[in-house]
Amino acid sequence: MLKTRENRRYQILCNVVLALLTIFMVFPFALLFMSSITEENTLIMNGYSLFPRKLSLEAYKYIFQNGQKIFHAYGVTIFVTVAGTCINLWMSSMLAFGLSRKNLPFRRVITFYVFFTMLFNGGLVPTYMMYTGTFHIKNTIFAMIVPNLLMSAVNVLLVRTYFTNSIPEALYEAAEIDGAGQMRIYFQVALPLGKPILVTTGLFAALGYWNDWTNGLYYVNQEQFWGIQNLLNKMISDVQALTSGLMSKEMAGMIATMPSVSVRMAIAFVAMLPILAVYPFLQKYFAEGIAMGAVKG
Amino acid sequence: MPGMHRNNGEGRLGLMEKKNNRLAKFKYWLPVFIMMLPGLLYLFINNYIPMGGLISAFKQVNFADGIYGSPWADPWYKNFIYLFTSKDALEITRNTILYNFAFILVNNSLGIAIAIFISDVQSKRAKKVYQSAILFPFLMSMVIVSYIVFALLSNENGMLNKSILPLFGMEPVSWYATPQAWPVILILVNFWKGVGYGCLIYIASIAGIDKAIYEAARIDGASRLQLIGHITLPSIVPSVITLVMLNVSKIFFSDFGLFYQVPQNSGAIYSTTNTIDTYVYRALLQQNNPSMSAAAGFYQSIVGFVLVLAVNALVRKFSKENALF
Repeated sequence: MLKTRENRRYQILCNVVLALLTIFMVFPFALLFMSSITEENTLIMNGYSLFPRKLSLEAYKYIFQNGQKIFHAYGVTIFVTVAGTCINLWMSSMLAFGLSRKNLPFRRVITFYVFFTMLFNGGLVPTYMMYTGTFHIKNTIFAMIVPNLLMSAVNVLLVRTYFTNSIPEALYEAAEIDGAGQMRIYFQVALPLGKPILVTTGLFAALGYWNDWTNGLYYVNQEQFWGIQNLLNKMISDVQALTSGLMSKEMAGMIATMPSVSVRMAIAFVAMLPILAVYPFLQKYFAEGIAMGAVKG
Repeated sequence: MPGMHRNNGEGRLGLMEKKNNRLAKFKYWLPVFIMMLPGLLYLFINNYIPMGGLISAFKQVNFADGIYGSPWADPWYKNFIYLFTSKDALEITRNTILYNFAFILVNNSLGIAIAIFISDVQSKRAKKVYQSAILFPFLMSMVIVSYIVFALLSNENGMLNKSILPLFGMEPVSWYATPQAWPVILILVNFWKGVGYGCLIYIASIAGIDKAIYEAARIDGASRLQLIGHITLPSIVPSVITLVMLNVSKIFFSDFGLFYQVPQNSGAIYSTTNTIDTYVYRALLQQNNPSMSAAAGFYQSIVGFVLVLAVNALVRKFSKENALF
């Protein structure tokens, strides 16, 4: 690069702008974390702040001592994420495997069948009526796993394209000559060669499950099936109802025994912790996934 | 290989061979179809059955009888009369479309600017830090986002009311009851959460530009602004078109979490936070009015679909390689 004066000035400009932007991006998380370690009375007196007068780890202590409900919700989220992601990868990779085979009968029709779901959908009412009325998934663990998140057409088409481009037809032929059946080809040729794309799409499926709160909102009103996001959602809507005076006295009394301000923030922080923890290692995959999702399947 | 059979077309023998081949082909592909079945079945249940359920918009829907058991609306367009004569229809349509336009404009223009800056930063380590910071909010759930926004805006102990406004000698504002503040708040939140997504795509697109072009222009004495205006921007136009068109085709849909969770479902600010998606949800599950919800959902699905087709047709006409299909 040229070391001109103009370039030096431009570098300074870039770095200053981007540093400010970085602060803007990170500051909300810092606020969340700082509020979770602010002493409760300080929080109520002085409000949420980046530089609280008095720190305390009481909130985290509280979670570890009386947090059965929280741990349970956390466990549900983990279970739903693991189960959902596995089924997601299994179904979409098998579908993509078929669609990637050039000689598959009805290949175009089936591809269109998958693709069309990206263009048009029935919306909430029919989906809700079907899942609750026909399949009776209301208040079951299936409600947290099945609707909308179990497979996405975009991912199927991404995996298909990857298979098509990275596995030459000759490889399949060689495997067939060696006497391998389709099942075996899928397991021993397609899956190992498709690992990079499966990691990426699996990551996004897992993220979808970890962050999802809508399935719980629509289909579940028993706390035992709630994930951590639903628990957080419930806590903050209770606070809203309390402060807007919409709540009866006895309800308000119940809420008073619920986790207080700093504890809520601590739970929120604990809910985002896994993402924060894996982010440095998996950032590459997140970035790749986004770049791929933008190109057409 | 099946399908590559020689067909000599000679009477019975050829016919037999054809039959055998079809059988062989069937046997060959059967395991593959069985493997594809779970995925295809899931799409049928999760996506195709609800498409048929759109007829609920023309029914007096009640939960007990389900969509198909519920009686037809009389006249058949009754739900739509209710929907479009209420002031809600205009409001939710306006909010959905205007917010989407603002989001597209803000996130893409700033996203491009940020992408150019990040690409031009020379320090590799700084580049990585910026990129990580800008993408991270994209991975957060809307519930967490709503907690952060609440910490900033809460009436009693929000940071804005307790620490920042007093600095300027201003009175506290009850944000969750002030509708005119929400367009700014939501655009800011959406920028914070979403800008990393487009930015990343633009960075990848800029990385694909041949460095030799810049060197040549440099030697010819081009300034920094000229480099950006004549090389960088024109080179990323295809990505911009793809991304913007993708967003425009979804202009009739909104992020339910952003408009429901972040404003805390606060009734006082519906006028600037109610979109088609939040309206459909509230009518269905909070106001117990499934017919109205179905009508609004139908309106969204159909207009949304027409928009996708129209946008794609437009792109096809002007730059075929950028069309979605």
